[in-house]
Amino acid sequence: MVALTVNGSRHEIDATPETPLLYVLREDLRLNAAKYGCGLGQCGACTVIVGGEAVFSCVTPVALLDGKSITTLEGLGTIDHPSALQRAFIEMQAAQCGYCIAGIMMRAQALLQQDPHPSDVEIRRHLEPHLCRCGTHMRILRAVHRAAEIMSAERTQEAAQ
Amino acid sequence: MMRQARVWPNPGRGAIGGISRRAALVGAGALIVSFSIMPAAWPQESETPDTGGSKLPGSLAIEPHLDAWIKVAPDGAVTVFTGKAELGQGIKTAFLQIAAEELDLPLEQLTIVTADTQLTANEGYTAGSHSIQDSGTAIRNAAAQVREILIGVAAQQLGLPAAALRAENGSVVAQDGRKLSYGALVSGNLLHVTAQPASKLKDPSTFKVMNRPVQRLDIPAKVTGGEAFLQDMRLPGMLHARIVRPPSYGATLEQVDLATVGTMPGFVNAVRDGNFLAVVFEKEFQAIQAMRILAASAQWAEKRALPEQSRTAEVIRGLPSHDYVILDKAAALPGGQPSTGVGAGVNAGASIAADYSRPFQSHGSIGPSCAIAQLDRNGMLTVWTHTQGVYPDRNAIAEMVRMPAQRVRCIHVQGSGCYGHNAADDAGADAALLASKMPGRPIRVQWMREQEHAWEPFGPAMVTRATASLNDDGGIAGFTFDVWSNTHNMRPGTAGALLAAQHIAAPFPIPEPKPIPQPEGGGDRNAIPLYDFPAARVVHHFLPDMPIRISAMRSLGAYMNIFSLEGFMDEAALAAKTDPVEFRLRHLKDERARAVVSATADAFGWKNRPHTANGTGSGFAFARYKNLAAYCALAMEVEVDRDSGRVRLRRVVAAIDTGQVVNPDGVRNQIEGAILQSASWTLYESISFDRTRITSVDWSTYPILRFQSVPDSVEVHIIDRPGLPFLGAGEAGQGPAAAAIANAIADATGKRLRDLPLTAERLKSAINA
Repeated sequence: MVALTVNGSRHEIDATPETPLLYVLREDLRLNAAKYGCGLGQCGACTVIVGGEAVFSCVTPVALLDGKSITTLEGLGTIDHPSALQRAFIEMQAAQCGYCIAGIMMRAQALLQQDPHPSDVEIRRHLEPHLCRCGTHMRILRAVHRAAEIMSAERTQEAAQ
Repeated sequence: MMRQARVWPNPGRGAIGGISRRAALVGAGALIVSFSIMPAAWPQESETPDTGGSKLPGSLAIEPHLDAWIKVAPDGAVTVFTGKAELGQGIKTAFLQIAAEELDLPLEQLTIVTADTQLTANEGYTAGSHSIQDSGTAIRNAAAQVREILIGVAAQQLGLPAAALRAENGSVVAQDGRKLSYGALVSGNLLHVTAQPASKLKDPSTFKVMNRPVQRLDIPAKVTGGEAFLQDMRLPGMLHARIVRPPSYGATLEQVDLATVGTMPGFVNAVRDGNFLAVVFEKEFQAIQAMRILAASAQWAEKRALPEQSRTAEVIRGLPSHDYVILDKAAALPGGQPSTGVGAGVNAGASIAADYSRPFQSHGSIGPSCAIAQLDRNGMLTVWTHTQGVYPDRNAIAEMVRMPAQRVRCIHVQGSGCYGHNAADDAGADAALLASKMPGRPIRVQWMREQEHAWEPFGPAMVTRATASLNDDGGIAGFTFDVWSNTHNMRPGTAGALLAAQHIAAPFPIPEPKPIPQPEGGGDRNAIPLYDFPAARVVHHFLPDMPIRISAMRSLGAYMNIFSLEGFMDEAALAAKTDPVEFRLRHLKDERARAVVSATADAFGWKNRPHTANGTGSGFAFARYKNLAAYCALAMEVEVDRDSGRVRLRRVVAAIDTGQVVNPDGVRNQIEGAILQSASWTLYESISFDRTRITSVDWSTYPILRFQSVPDSVEVHIIDRPGLPFLGAGEAGQGPAAAAIANAIADATGKRLRDLPLTAERLKSAINA
């Protein structure tokens, strides 16, 4: 048994300690966003946020995560109430097949939490661990910039209230 | 309720098949009629429906009933049906835009059903940039005809002439304000009628939904963790399987320990059928652990059967060939010699000649292939698959599991982008084979990364040779082009195309490869230049022997042929001391071709482009995909680091003419993607192999484009062509992007690289040579 906090909810999971987080998220918790891409930490499709850092869930055994707080794309917002980042990706139409997108968005989210105004060079460098085979990179970059703008505007608005 | 089977009209290629027609009442009384047509009505990969003399537009030629495309329920809900599959290219949204436009309905009121052997027309494969051209044309015409039928019924009911009525927002409206909703007008078999050859299509100047950038309907779920992919499907009682694939082509299983995995938690089954080996478990990671243990115990006899990788081009050139002369304008040459054999005549005294090569390349889907299959208690085998062709895949699976095709249903569910024939069909076959042996619960097969990389059918290696003689005016007088290639289509249709069927104890033979005929072509796709040369000869050397497992990869031979031809046009322009854009225009008569070339050159600022100081260069390329789909011209600025040979893509400008546009943002997304994907193929990609095994089995051994190497900017301009037929766009950018990169590198360095990929290592040694 492993205790995980995922998107704010605590779960007791019946999984062997070596089980990668990815399979617990997808199978036990029935979450769709984190994807199996390579199982090797080479493509980034499985990326989630653990304690503020982007992590490859496909190579992270659940044994290392006992008591840790995990955020997946589902934890950012919903289809009815999308987060700033999700709205930015929709606005920029930053997906083709979309298989890679959840992982990319989680690393972008981690970046924007640490650095609200990253430069284009920083965004590119930060997203280097991720592969997109459809060639949607230009839109993804625009969407991350747009998310930074939306988040910044929201912070200003909150501060004003 | 079953209706009697009848004979389907011969679509024109000698294939008459029986259809079983199934009618079912669905929802609140709308009639759903489905057709199962077999065999496939037209050749694979070259998907223009053969109309056999019929004049019905698009895919209406293969499925003429209006209600096979559009159904209207009594509550007014409208469902659009297409035999094409959403592959991430956005066709669901585009099809609904088309239907909404012609039916005068808000987009939100429509739903769509895609490729399903029980519900949709047999539109063959979703391939070759045919979806909007074929299915989109059918949907547009069907929707327009449905609208007119509904107006006709309203005219009768209101006692008014049809001309006095108009369709508006889901109703037929009279001038006096009376209106009847579509739902109220539809009844019985009203729409179960055969389409007419001509439709009353909307005037493009009145479009409200088409030719507008509409947000894709599938994206919100994809960015919020919705169930968006086959990989996300979880059926009740679903089991997880993993396959243990042989280590190499032709390997035979000598020994394996099936007992050990039987003691592992969650064990359900371990299956051996010849060289097909699989484990089935309750949970997914249990299956993966068991797969590893089973693989470690398996002993295989392997064959040293692969060519020497470093000699790939030479090996390809040396394979026995069937030669097809696909263009021969030699006779038109004043004093031109008669053609007396392949390559003879046209350019005996050629002033320039060049050889180009392409390695085997991978589709490289980010999500390895996946499928779910279930043999239910009624003996119906259902396969959820991300195949590009549910009908041909269904037939192949049925043959493999020795069941009648009518008892196998293939339902397309979106997978990771496939870019052609990847392992999708093989995964479907794996799941179907296991389900056929284990009736009851649904079985999910997920391929592992290394399996997808090692076993997918690759994009074929190719070799080309171009020659030209120049006339005194600096134009091309005579031109020859030769292309050596395997087929680009080993898709299923028969069982032997499926890996599982090749591996089982009673295996099915790999089908005979066939060339895809012109005008679409396979290895020779786009081998015929669109330029007007006084004399020209193009020969397709079709190579039946396939040393590596290959099949269709996005744009087929067009990628390599355009890379070659458009690189060669620059080489010829250089020899003629003429600007490359000017040189192209000099040989280009087609007005739409000239328009995209000029639009690109203007938008890029070709005339004022930066000069080649500091390793910077610009390249240009043009092609009309298949010489019959979208026109695309592209200019690119690159910067070469002379010490490392590394190429930085700075700026890309493209113009595209795709006929009537449905979703401009969808077209841009496709072209942007084509450019970046092609840049990846062109700069980095080649599979690797030793004499026995494929050795590129992950993203470290098969590196592709990453974020730090993408261009600074990509700009796509769409030429507005209101009212002209749809022209397929999805694969129009690949060839031009590759050639523009090579041309820009040559401009920057003075070095012409002709062997793909144009790696930093190759460029560095060319610079230092």
